Amino acid sequence: MDVTQLSLSALSDALSRGEVSSREITDASLSRIEKTDGNVHAFLRVTADAARHAARASDERRAQKRALSPLDGVPLALKDLLITEGVETTAASRILEGWIPPYDGTAVAKLKAAGAVLVGKTNLDEFAMGSSTEHSAYGPTKNPWDLSRTPGGSSGGSAASVAARQVTGSLGTDTGGSIRQPAALCGVVGMKPTYGRVSRYGVVAFASSLDQIGPFATDVRGAALLLGAIAGHDAHDATSSDLPVPDFTADLERGLSGLRLGVPKEYFVAGMDPEVERAVREAIDACQRLGATVREVSLPHTGYGIDVYYLVATAEASSNLARFDGVRFGLREPAENLVAQYRATRGKGFGDEVKRRIMLGTYALSAGYYDAYYGTAQKVRTLIRNDFEKTFAEVDAILTPTTPTAAFKLGEKLDDPLTMYLSDVFTLPCNLAGLPGLSLPCGFTKSGLPIGLQILGRPFDETTVLRVARGYEREFEWGSRTPTLTLPREGGGNLFGGVGSGKIGFGGDGSGGDGTGGVN
Amino acid sequence: MAIYEPVIGLEVHCQVSTVSKIFCGCSTAFGAAPNAQTCPVCLGLPGALPVLNEKVVEFALRAGLALGCKINPRSVWSRKNYFYPDLPKGYQISQYDQPICLGGAVPVGAKSIALTRIHMEEDAGKNIHGGAASLVDLNRAGVPLLEIVGEPDLRSAEEAANYLRALRGVLVWLGITDGNMEEGSLRCDANVSLRPAGTEKFGTRCELKNINSFRNVRLAIESEIVRQTALLEAGERIVQQTRQFDAATGQTKPMRSKEEAHDYRYFPEPDLPPVLIDTEWIERVRATLPELPGARAARYEKEHALSAYDASQLTQSRRLADLFDAAVVASSGKSAKKIANWLAGELARMVNAGEADVEALKFTPAQLAALQGAVDGGAISLGAAKEVFGEMAKTGTAPEAIISARGLTQVSDRGPIEVACDKAIAANPAEVEKYRGGKKGVIGFLVGQVMKELAGRGNPQIVNQVMREKLGG
Repeated sequence: MDVTQLSLSALSDALSRGEVSSREITDASLSRIEKTDGNVHAFLRVTADAARHAARASDERRAQKRALSPLDGVPLALKDLLITEGVETTAASRILEGWIPPYDGTAVAKLKAAGAVLVGKTNLDEFAMGSSTEHSAYGPTKNPWDLSRTPGGSSGGSAASVAARQVTGSLGTDTGGSIRQPAALCGVVGMKPTYGRVSRYGVVAFASSLDQIGPFATDVRGAALLLGAIAGHDAHDATSSDLPVPDFTADLERGLSGLRLGVPKEYFVAGMDPEVERAVREAIDACQRLGATVREVSLPHTGYGIDVYYLVATAEASSNLARFDGVRFGLREPAENLVAQYRATRGKGFGDEVKRRIMLGTYALSAGYYDAYYGTAQKVRTLIRNDFEKTFAEVDAILTPTTPTAAFKLGEKLDDPLTMYLSDVFTLPCNLAGLPGLSLPCGFTKSGLPIGLQILGRPFDETTVLRVARGYEREFEWGSRTPTLTLPREGGGNLFGGVGSGKIGFGGDGSGGDGTGGVN
Repeated sequence: MAIYEPVIGLEVHCQVSTVSKIFCGCSTAFGAAPNAQTCPVCLGLPGALPVLNEKVVEFALRAGLALGCKINPRSVWSRKNYFYPDLPKGYQISQYDQPICLGGAVPVGAKSIALTRIHMEEDAGKNIHGGAASLVDLNRAGVPLLEIVGEPDLRSAEEAANYLRALRGVLVWLGITDGNMEEGSLRCDANVSLRPAGTEKFGTRCELKNINSFRNVRLAIESEIVRQTALLEAGERIVQQTRQFDAATGQTKPMRSKEEAHDYRYFPEPDLPPVLIDTEWIERVRATLPELPGARAARYEKEHALSAYDASQLTQSRRLADLFDAAVVASSGKSAKKIANWLAGELARMVNAGEADVEALKFTPAQLAALQGAVDGGAISLGAAKEVFGEMAKTGTAPEAIISARGLTQVSDRGPIEVACDKAIAANPAEVEKYRGGKKGVIGFLVGQVMKELAGRGNPQIVNQVMREKLGG
């Protein structure tokens, strides 16, 4: 059995049946990271010793039939925006370099309590600000399907680590699409839960009213298991919901029959990649064939999403990032006086995109501009939320493309922030409305790049979103195709020595075939 | 030359007496080692989030209801953004456009000073300067505060100090704060402007920051009035600015001008939901409110026929008023007026002389009632009783014990009194003649001689009576 080719849920099942040990799959995961991450750069740091230690403890529990959860012993990765006790946490920023937190965030603590094996911290756009992981202070992550392209972002490292089968699951955060967009671009399942479903305690804050932790996984059931492990009320987060947490796997196999699905016309826009549109339309047709009722719906304020988002998110960020002042932790650039020290520290510690957003947000909140910018944005945000509320009176879930295009080239949008921001146009409204949203693979472009289908649901109805996702997935299984870890053909072939052969067996079926290979 | 009228408004910051901080579980106790009382939340570490301590809302409601404010059913937390080393997050969580309480008033003597608002917020830490570096102690960061903003209704430094004293009295009375100005539990900023007497329009104001004693409130405002008056009289304009009072020089000095003023970029705090207060919560808090000083003073005047002065003296402190009530009950309700005399008279004298502290009295209500009982029953004289009272207040020793230890028991037995009277009559024939000749007032001198003979312990009534009998009526 080649454990690096199993899905997260298959791994979980194999562990519970005693077919594999955690030690075995953890070693496989660590060695795959070692072999592949030189090319992918999904990880900022790997905690191999702690992972092996946790794996041994898990195997002991399994041997005594005391498994803590279905995730007991499963290797997982964490976006480096999640705070980990005793393990450096940088948010991919120079300003936090060397900071070793004295506490675990709630989601991390819950994964530990579930027995998960945490193998390391993944790369991201600095402070989660970006859509390509190119804004990391520690170098970009590459898309495993084409190493000349970005994995998307900001949770690009978490998405790429799952796509490259370094791990079968990981956690990211999603403020405007930072889980769903890279999931789409990397061909994995990624879910942003309802705002308030998962505690934000221990997430380095970007935009507090939008941030939400969520899972990446190779498969929908894997994502459901991960979500179940991290969801729930937290006394440390006043915005976390006290609604009970259902078993997110319970309805997965109920199929699409009887569900009413909406397709918003505003999500098929000029400038979309026709290949993306075709794949998403085909997926929607497939859902209809599988028993769902599909109808066109309208979310008329969609077009304002990007403007609202870049006012609200930057305003909150400008305040959230004020604490990085060189006084208490992280980088300090000594200077002749206090103000000079602030300037030097923040000038050196933050990257250009972070500075850009701090300035935008500071401006939006300034005396005399607040009403025109932040105040108006909040009003339009309510309109966007109302759009969804009305629509969800008529449909059970909404289907859209996750992104307008497949993965773009490294550097392609780096000097053009506005074009970069547009890559999140379909994912932002979900955050503004606080809804659950999921992206799963729904096909590939001719050049072999994954395409994502986005499913949006009612607040706290992750169950239906996951049910739709699984109903589609079990017929198509795009997610079982694995990437080549190569540059495109014209770029000179396989960068990853020895991929095509050997016991890992990587890339054997991933060069653009029918996409139904794999193990499930 | 115009006569200028000062227009003054105070913003009072009052530390709320909760056990733990406003957004985390750390202790609020004063005097711990620097940074001993901190956690990821009040250190402002990345990822940490605030969670509201509901006790703070309860205390804000108490203050609001007691001061007659309108309670906002939905109030909102806001971030006040500015950089300073003692402000760990780079913003202070406060309330801005939707505070918990609006309006209300503080009775100050016969006047009522209107309030603008009361809101809740967190305190910052403390910078300690000296040596090669400045140090930061964050024990105080996150300590809950109420900011009580008064209308510009005050017209003199003296009135401002009286307002602060009255406000402090009510807040301490309600148990909202210990009111300790030395430890920073109560601080205030004063907005001061001048306008020609008789005009309506406010002049340009200056804000005096962080005044921390009643004395300094008066001195700071007085010096600011002098400064502004001199400027106006010289034909100059007042520049709007923030100024700091320097207790050493007795002057205010500029901190920053309007142009240098912070743009705090307030916006609603996304980490905290709005504070929702329903009628039930309001009524529950209202039911726990004690009788307030004004109402209690009125009751004393009515029920116990106390003078307005005595009633107001007794209600300066809840402890004192409670002591009075309990002592009246212990004396079976008979000696209210006399007990009031002890507390509003002798005790007030001792407090003023620095011989006693109302908040740290040693004697019990029952002991005070017993002391008055001894006077009423003739066991000791009033003069002796004052001596006993002084001792009781300092040591808490029972009055009976003090009386017997000091031999203060009053002589009411006719035998020794008759002997002393005879002696006085024999020794002062001239005065006796005058008395018998009609100058009845001379009896005072003769009684005084008797009291001297009895070392002050003679029962005055009986001494008088025996002397009159001996002199023949």
